[in-house]
Amino acid sequence: MLRAVRGGRAVWAPRGGSGSGSGGAKLGRPLRTAAPQRSDIFRELGPRLSRLGQALRGQLPESEGAWNSLRPHQNSPPPPERADVVVVGGGVLGWSVAYWLKTLENRRHGMRVVVVERDPTYSQASTVLSVGGIRQQFSLPENIRLSLQSATFLRTINEHLWVPNEPPIDIQFQPSGYLFLASEHGAATLEAGVKVQREEGAKVALLSPSQLKAKFPWINTENVAVASYGLENEGWFDPWSLLNAFRRKAMSLGVYSCVGEVTSFVADTADNTPGMPRGVGRVKYVNVRLPDSPEQQPVSCAIVVAAAGAWTGKLLDSATAGLQGSLTLRRLPIEPRKRYVYVWHCPGGPGLETPFLIDTSGAYFRREGIAGNYLGSMSPPEGREPDVGNLEVDHDFFQEEVWPRLAHRVPAFRSLKQVKSAWAGYYDYNAFDQNGVLGPHPQLPNVFVLGGFSGHGLQQSPAAGRVAAELLLHGSCAAVDVGRLAPGRLWGSEPLLEAAIV
Amino acid sequence: MAAALAIRGLRGGRIPPPPHPTGPRRGAASGALQRLGEWFYEVEVVLGWAERLRRRRLRRKNAHYSFIQSLHGHNVAAACFAMSCGGRVRFEGQQRWLCADSRGRWSPEVLQFHHVPVVAVDLSGSQLTYDGLDNFVLLTKLQHLDLSGCPHVDDWALGRLHVFGDSLQELSVARCPRVTERGLATLHQLPKLRCLDVGGLAVQSPGLLRILLEEMLPQCRVLGMEMEEGDPPEAPPELGQPPPPSVTAL
Repeated sequence: MLRAVRGGRAVWAPRGGSGSGSGGAKLGRPLRTAAPQRSDIFRELGPRLSRLGQALRGQLPESEGAWNSLRPHQNSPPPPERADVVVVGGGVLGWSVAYWLKTLENRRHGMRVVVVERDPTYSQASTVLSVGGIRQQFSLPENIRLSLQSATFLRTINEHLWVPNEPPIDIQFQPSGYLFLASEHGAATLEAGVKVQREEGAKVALLSPSQLKAKFPWINTENVAVASYGLENEGWFDPWSLLNAFRRKAMSLGVYSCVGEVTSFVADTADNTPGMPRGVGRVKYVNVRLPDSPEQQPVSCAIVVAAAGAWTGKLLDSATAGLQGSLTLRRLPIEPRKRYVYVWHCPGGPGLETPFLIDTSGAYFRREGIAGNYLGSMSPPEGREPDVGNLEVDHDFFQEEVWPRLAHRVPAFRSLKQVKSAWAGYYDYNAFDQNGVLGPHPQLPNVFVLGGFSGHGLQQSPAAGRVAAELLLHGSCAAVDVGRLAPGRLWGSEPLLEAAIV
Repeated sequence: MAAALAIRGLRGGRIPPPPHPTGPRRGAASGALQRLGEWFYEVEVVLGWAERLRRRRLRRKNAHYSFIQSLHGHNVAAACFAMSCGGRVRFEGQQRWLCADSRGRWSPEVLQFHHVPVVAVDLSGSQLTYDGLDNFVLLTKLQHLDLSGCPHVDDWALGRLHVFGDSLQELSVARCPRVTERGLATLHQLPKLRCLDVGGLAVQSPGLLRILLEEMLPQCRVLGMEMEEGDPPEAPPELGQPPPPSVTAL
């Protein structure tokens, strides 16, 4: 009946009777001064009923925007009361560790892993705001090995992270390589770095200025003594696809995902546990504050993985603030540092072969797509770090610092038309030596710190997650010896410096 | 699958879609199995096993012929590998192509070409992957490489072709469903390239890409990436931002 009515005309029209729904006395013939009202009701009945149906369906508990008074946390359930491993931080490192923990566990569903993320929109997370490059041109063998293994992982990502009945994962990798330029001042460091990279198996070529000019005619080779160019396994990709792939696969393996903020740890220390040595604590519970609520859920756990990125230092400070009695925790020097990225359009700029170019001055840029858009920036010099309170972009920084340097190196950028957009993100900056921190906290042995990668966390995340999972499950890692990256060095006097930090 | 297509922004169904992991043979049976897999865990696990078996078979097909390489040299090893993949190979100074017979066996006459370099390899339609290229990276005089229609050759594999920078003159990656403009950007490492066949690739804006390829490789003839008939020259894809104000004081 409805289908017929939607056509606009009633299939059956009662004989006689006037248009008004008053029923009442039958007239001899209908009074037709206007169109009959009864067919109006039927004409609108169909659309009205479908709107009502849509409104009702929107209220069902399963739909997106519905609020159900009986189950208000349906879309973001609270964390379970007991877990084996709590991963604090749902960025790419956190999900990578969760995935590898579930992949390497001996027995199916043998561990309960919970990932707690404070902001499910990832509005300030370093992962999604990252430029997404991957390179092996580091000076530390551990970094090179982690990057190489991550590149292999990304190449075979569908073998690892594919979930049945889903489309194949495409991280949109562009294998264009990194090009580091060095002046005479930095030439020796660059060449030493290339030697180490080649020993580790990375394919890097050294180019003289004339070779550079022959390969990339749009470069101005003034003040360039030598350049190193990555030939394979280097380029850039889409970080959001990688994060989603990790997340989806980890959840299909049984990892719990919760929205909440870890506010404090409840630990056994020498104060409340007889026999506990002084200066060391063992975390028993993690208090998770649920979103938009003062409610706290204590999660009992055996291991806590602190993978909160730029806020790892702050997390450990605030979470252990209550334990300061016998356990004076040394501050973890991992803090957020704001970095800008600018996107501009330059129609006459470098062509399809543009690598990720890093200038002698530290400014960098890469191509974005094939339509003449580029993105690039520079790390601000020491001492002139922007304020990290917000993610506002400083356009003057581009005008005064980035653009002159890039225009000097690539003359085509002098006629730069417009800055299309810009954004800011945080590096999880290790203020001690700008290298990743991987290992148990010396004073809280069951808190595993995974962060401080200072701009190369995303590219090392698959391998770093695997190393962390192996250290947690087996106690040692066969593939990469990361003893030197343990947190213990952060309070020593020997920084493990990395020469090639962008 | 739809998500991958949406990411790449394909306009029409002209290009063959990349092989879905659950097999290129999308018969009625495998479609029904997939639907069952959405409802039952057991079927999903079995589908996962089937996929792993497929991958293991592919890996074995692309094994590194290191033993033959140590015995007879890398040219012979490359030739043996190419023939066992169902391809053809041609040595320097020879006119005819060597290939395996219909049963997949190759004749031992190839072993006599111990020191003769391989100049042309035809692997069209084969199951070559990134790992299979291990067998070819030591070839120094390769001039002609045909990888058309290989379903597993992707951007990563194209990134390995830089080793042929001194010699490669003809390359074909036509109709490889996994090759995109990102992999084609690595071909600038082949300055001696004279003929590049990129027909039938799944790219956005083929016309623009052709122009960029011709700029990148000025001495090379690019075949196959024509702009479609009747397509108006499209504006380059925006980054999703409203028209921003231009940079002040520039």
